[in-house]
Amino acid sequence: MSFLSDVVAWFSTASHWQGEAGVPHRLFEHVAMSAAALVAAAAVALPGGIWLGHRGRGGWLVLNLANVGRAVPSLAILALAQQAIGLSGWPGFGARPALIALFALAVPPLVSSAYVGMREVDADVREAAQGMGMTGGQLLRRVELPLALPLVMAGVRTAAVQVVATATLAAVTAWGGLGRFIVDGFAQRDDVQVFAGALLVAVLAMVTELSVAGLQRLVVPAGLRTRATRVKDTARLGVQAA
Amino acid sequence: MPLPLASAGEPWVRWDWVSSHGDDIAAAARQHTELTAIAVGLGLCIAFPLALAARRWRRLEAVVLAATGVLFTIPSLALFALFVPVYGLSRLTAEIGLVGYTLLILVRSILSGLEGVPADVREAARGMGYRPARQLYAIELPLAVPVIVAGIRLATVTTVGLVTVTGLIGQGGLGAFIIQGINFDFRTPVVVGSVLSVALAFVADAGLAGAQRLLTPWARR
Repeated sequence: MSFLSDVVAWFSTASHWQGEAGVPHRLFEHVAMSAAALVAAAAVALPGGIWLGHRGRGGWLVLNLANVGRAVPSLAILALAQQAIGLSGWPGFGARPALIALFALAVPPLVSSAYVGMREVDADVREAAQGMGMTGGQLLRRVELPLALPLVMAGVRTAAVQVVATATLAAVTAWGGLGRFIVDGFAQRDDVQVFAGALLVAVLAMVTELSVAGLQRLVVPAGLRTRATRVKDTARLGVQAA
Repeated sequence: MPLPLASAGEPWVRWDWVSSHGDDIAAAARQHTELTAIAVGLGLCIAFPLALAARRWRRLEAVVLAATGVLFTIPSLALFALFVPVYGLSRLTAEIGLVGYTLLILVRSILSGLEGVPADVREAARGMGYRPARQLYAIELPLAVPVIVAGIRLATVTTVGLVTVTGLIGQGGLGAFIIQGINFDFRTPVVVGSVLSVALAFVADAGLAGAQRLLTPWARR
């Protein structure tokens, strides 16, 4: 039991909550970095995937991007980004390679979910919309996009969880974030710090998953919100861990 | 103006390093393969009974999917780190985390594979007097093989990637090279570890796809 009381003591030590190396600042770094990478990736990947899906082109490219993205370890992307870009420069020590690596990791699941979501729209529905005289743009906005949203959001969820997880690993390549507690704990052979850091990271990942799930409920049209499709969608998209 | 690393200007691959570390590279690749095979193998041993139980008792299905989902959400480094205080920087710690990650993918694929067996087929088997156990292994499992193998492939590719992270707890196979490269700011091991890890993922994936062809001769055209 003494280990757990050490962990409790770690969390109740005031110095662990103050300054650059304190929990609030590390949490802020972690969330800001993850959000920046995810938003940037979504801004590129979602319009790209949606457009390719709308036009029905590039399926081969999207599929391969997703497969390669899954096969390249996140640690490898981080290390390669660090070696290619260097550690210094805006926006802070170690932040640039981490940001680029996280961006690169988030793109494949986002593109493929957007593409698959658009392609899965029932051909009859699409034809009916065209028969009603909808233009390409109307079809895209009023029919395809709403129907594709559950899958698009499933992709956002996958990418968000993966980015938060990989941001933890970025501590290995000299950046901050909550992973610092784990990596520094290993280096100092401080199991209490390792465990405390792991708890913080695990809680943040769950909160991320739940928030994106909440967002998903908000934006997906009520008629498309069934549990059954959600389970199937995630199975079809393929899941990803980091 | 970004300050370059000490390794700037360094070539991406120093072939003399590669040729002088041939034995290390082979040993790391072997360890990587072992860690992956044990994780996916143990994962299957746990996922099968879990999936069968979840199929039998529907209320358990929600619990199993939620629990494996939570495991899957925890970032790998954190999951390994949670067990370090108990089992130290050991292979056991690594395997607990790796097996945990395979469960969600495997349980889901086994469940959806079995669910995909047409109701007619099931009824015909029952009509022919198949007992539930025999119906499961002689009829349902063979028909579910394509979906289950797809799950095993996904779990394997994912695990190959995650094994690199176990380099941080003193295991890691090829991941140990990546970490060595980061720590000593030396590009060659980073590239060697990364490229071989991706290659291993593709080889394992192709191997499993081949195994599926052998297992399901009726699906070939």
